[in-house]
Amino acid sequence: MSNRLVTEIAGLKLANPTMLAAGILGMSGASLKRVAEAGAGAVITKSMGLKSRVGYSNPTLVQVDCGLLNAMGLPNPSVHHFSEEISEAKKEGVPVIISVYGFSSKDFGEAAKVAAEMDADALELNVSCPHVERTGSEIGQSPQLVAEVVEKVKSTVNKPVFVKLTPNVVDITEIAEAAAKAGADAITVINTVRAMAIDVETTRPVLANKVGGLSGPAIKPIALRCVYEVYRKVKIPVVGCGGVTTWKDAVEFMLAGASAVQIGTAIAFEGLSVFKSIAKGIDSYLEKMNFGSVKEIVGLSHRY
Amino acid sequence: MLAYLTDINRLRIVKIQDVKEESSTVKTFTFRDKQCAEAKPGQFVMVWIPGVDEIPMSLSSISADGSSSITVAEVGEATKALHQKKVGEVVGVRGPYGNGFALTGGNVMIVGGGTGLTPLVPLAESLVRLSSKIVFMIGAKTRDDLFFLDRIGTVVPEVVVTTEDGSYGLKGLVTELAEQFLEKQSFDMIYACGPEQMMLKMFLLAKRHNTPFQASLERYIRCGVGICGSCCMGEYRICRDGPVFSGEQLEKVRNEFGLFKREVDGSKVSF
Repeated sequence: MSNRLVTEIAGLKLANPTMLAAGILGMSGASLKRVAEAGAGAVITKSMGLKSRVGYSNPTLVQVDCGLLNAMGLPNPSVHHFSEEISEAKKEGVPVIISVYGFSSKDFGEAAKVAAEMDADALELNVSCPHVERTGSEIGQSPQLVAEVVEKVKSTVNKPVFVKLTPNVVDITEIAEAAAKAGADAITVINTVRAMAIDVETTRPVLANKVGGLSGPAIKPIALRCVYEVYRKVKIPVVGCGGVTTWKDAVEFMLAGASAVQIGTAIAFEGLSVFKSIAKGIDSYLEKMNFGSVKEIVGLSHRY
Repeated sequence: MLAYLTDINRLRIVKIQDVKEESSTVKTFTFRDKQCAEAKPGQFVMVWIPGVDEIPMSLSSISADGSSSITVAEVGEATKALHQKKVGEVVGVRGPYGNGFALTGGNVMIVGGGTGLTPLVPLAESLVRLSSKIVFMIGAKTRDDLFFLDRIGTVVPEVVVTTEDGSYGLKGLVTELAEQFLEKQSFDMIYACGPEQMMLKMFLLAKRHNTPFQASLERYIRCGVGICGSCCMGEYRICRDGPVFSGEQLEKVRNEFGLFKREVDGSKVSF
């Protein structure tokens, strides 16, 4: 792949600006390695906590009008059991980021400490899961709690820390600023949008957990707006996430201020080749528009 | 963007049209669904039992008249709830998912163990149209566990049954019988579905006899569309890259196939 696509975020060197989003295929090292082989510039694990979780019963996923709705419930074997998987994932040579969650800043600190001892390149803090109580967005909706979590993690580990934010807030920039001020190295925007689906024939909510997170094309304009707003307020890199399906989506995110984009739901529809096709599309765009590097387009639309 | 949404992924509510008791623990549920009627043998559907669970089930029949079926052994809470469903009640389906079997002609061996037999029957029905010579081997613990014998008998002339207790057919394991056949005849393909240890044994036999091999595997499935990672086996996703894998593919996951699977929380557990 072309040198134009090489970029750097929080000290991590990416061969291209596509990343595997947290929660997608990150249950094993071999899966992460395969995504890296498929062309992702970096990969992120499923969110890991201090204790294993079985997640919710099925249905955990349902297709809705413009995307997918899911409530997996943070299934994970616990961060303690993930070291071997990280070593496997690392074999492909692309940066591996461990996503961690916790029910308090103390949990986050402890989980981050365990994760940091592994061979991972960075951590991403999941303060934005929309469907598990007392973690995720309940932390991510409060600037104070986010700051507390970030400070705790940053004072515990010596790795770059990404903070993944929820769009389910009045003002996402307030949260982003709190995270940046507390020492975050990058902000990932956004996690899924809290949503639900009801089946009219059975009159039941479809997801076992009733409420879940919406992903895919439906949320792209929301995510784009969030990236645009956050980019104006913080100096640290912003990573775009939410409905990225084509290279054009990716370029839109970058023009709005994203240094890279995360991809998840698109894999269900486009397959794993989506990483290469998006990277290739970005490259063709850069060439056509006479840009020497992907870094040059980050935030360009803010000129207007 | 319209192509983004697929009819296959859409959850459809279907009415149960027929319930057939196959054995004391196994029932077949028939329903009509356009997408399922176009499925390939070996593909599966996610079946929603409203208020209970959603489970992956292979299609046990795919017929040109638009009806399909699943054949379900009562093994847990979800299958128990499904077993209580009567004609006229509804379930949800999405899919069909996965790759299905690759059809082949020539001299074919089909080996089914327990309820692993289910996807192999529509397979045999499709293979017959390719005029293959088929040997269909069925392994069960005991006579009461056997089902589909009549259905298989109508399409395949050579059906061999083994039971572990000798209460029906030959006494022993189906893999032992398969080995005897492989020593006497050569086959162009072996298809297997059943307990993973059985499939591992068949994989090793196929390898020793230099015979192409396909097996349909099972793991805990959540999303069905290849994104959540719950059903991973090595580099593969059972729901998307499988559930049917070739001998060459299984060779790549020898450090996992037949040895361990992942629990609901993603941790490894030995077979």
